[in-house]
Amino acid sequence: MTSARPPAIVVSGVRKSFGEQVVLDGVDLTVAEGTVFALLGPNGAGKTTMIRILSTLIAPDAGRLRVAGHDVVDDPDEVRATIGVTGQFSALDELLTGMENMRLMADLNHLGSAGRARVDELLDRFGLADAAHKPVSTYSGGMHRRLDLAMTLVGSPRVIFLDEPTTGLDPGSRRTMWESIRVLVADGITIFLTTQYLDEADELADRIAVLDHGRIVAEGTSDELKRRIPGGHVRLRLATPSALRAVADLLDSASCDEEELQVEVATDGTVASLRQLLGLLDDAGVEVEHLSIHNPNLDDVFFAVTGRPTEEALALP
Amino acid sequence: MTSMTYALGDSATMTRRNLRRLLRYPSMTVLLVGMPIVFLVLFVYVFGGQLSHGLNATLAGGHAGRAGYLNYVTPGVLLLAVAAAVQGTAIVVAMDMTGGIIDRFRTMAIARSAVLTGHVLASLIQTLASLAIVIVVAIALGFRPTAGLVAWLAAIGVLGLFSFALVWLATALGLAAKSIETASNTPMFLTLLVFLGSGFVPTATMPAGLQQFARYQPFTPVTETLRGLLTGTPIGSNAIAAIAWSIGLAAVSYFWAIHLYRHRKPT
Repeated sequence: MTSARPPAIVVSGVRKSFGEQVVLDGVDLTVAEGTVFALLGPNGAGKTTMIRILSTLIAPDAGRLRVAGHDVVDDPDEVRATIGVTGQFSALDELLTGMENMRLMADLNHLGSAGRARVDELLDRFGLADAAHKPVSTYSGGMHRRLDLAMTLVGSPRVIFLDEPTTGLDPGSRRTMWESIRVLVADGITIFLTTQYLDEADELADRIAVLDHGRIVAEGTSDELKRRIPGGHVRLRLATPSALRAVADLLDSASCDEEELQVEVATDGTVASLRQLLGLLDDAGVEVEHLSIHNPNLDDVFFAVTGRPTEEALALP
Repeated sequence: MTSMTYALGDSATMTRRNLRRLLRYPSMTVLLVGMPIVFLVLFVYVFGGQLSHGLNATLAGGHAGRAGYLNYVTPGVLLLAVAAAVQGTAIVVAMDMTGGIIDRFRTMAIARSAVLTGHVLASLIQTLASLAIVIVVAIALGFRPTAGLVAWLAAIGVLGLFSFALVWLATALGLAAKSIETASNTPMFLTLLVFLGSGFVPTATMPAGLQQFARYQPFTPVTETLRGLLTGTPIGSNAIAAIAWSIGLAAVSYFWAIHLYRHRKPT
């Protein structure tokens, strides 16, 4: 990174405990202006706490944080004037309509007469113009999130924090959300997002940091990080125990589950490697009942960077 | 614009938001305005005939029987309306604090006081509207205040000041409550205080201990001041006590509420 501009976010040595529980244990991060940074980790890793501290909601126990050049602890109002935050939980007024929520944001951002045009433009951009005069309590999950993000954008923030922007959304709404986020990047906005999903970080982020038990255990571009993750695997289900033994003899790298009659074979995911595997099985005349390919997931990332699956990661679907 | 005009503008924005919310959630308002009216009708028509026997001509505003009791009890019912309305304040503040939008406000560069000021002003407007309805109903039932314009303005001033104090108190109670249910219960003692004062019967008829309590709690001087202004009963030192209580309660509640709001843990 050779950008001449100062970084949008600089975090050094941030610690935070709630009572006995250490949530952030010395976090250092730098996010370049106009880029997307993803903080990846399971539930309970400290992601939300990091966003809460960066967005001035809670104070750190130790460490320094600067957002858009302003100190988060010393100049919270300067920071607030620059940022937009979309939290994990809906930050809408359920009793008001979408339009009223948006106009509230325009008024609180002191946009004056320019506010109406800004509100109409954003409602249109997020596909909410038709529902603008309906109460928010009638909106779907995806519409809630879009309105939430649209409200965040009313004040034209330069840095946006998104806490698990797509958790709980159906795949279609998730895609729509990703599209909206990409448009923001094109506008030169810096985005700091948290997610539990590797594919989300992969889709959106320029750089990814993996947070585990309050520490950054890995950081880099998506490609850099993937190189540290073992490839996916192919899972074979066989008809008989003898076939299972035949496959186990054939492939050294396989791990067998004798009860389920399943074999897992490591693969780099290329067609060539798959063709080679199928060739070996054909040559040996082994009957395979079922074959499935598994891509690396957050569990694998965790396993790779921490050497153990975390309890929380295991609890993920 | 200066930061002062921003603060005023933000407070106005928040007040508009809260008034709009009250309109979208009318069942609570109807319930809280209806409660004092039900008590007014109940006390005048069920108990009034009997209770009026204990009133002298001055306390009854020169009217006999039920009409006399209506004159006596209306100031008490007005304070009941205030106590009921601020119960709503505690509920809407707690609703707001337990919802997600408050965290959004806290990450925006808006005047720090605006969130609470918005609640207080909206609640005050709601309380005054509720009082106007109760007064209209009381007059319809036969309440005949003797007050002139100045006395009416003074009565509105006393009611407004006392309402302002109780709205701040209820705001603090709403902030202190861990849940909406708690927030709807804690201000109930205010309703009780109307009864444990001179709102419904003269305190002279109460046992000695209760009489002492009634004399030194805030609702009694406010009730007596209102009664004096509206129906011409003697006020004495009650006016000073009513104003002192209102200012004191408002100040303590204000600082308590601000403290709770600033030190509140995010949801």
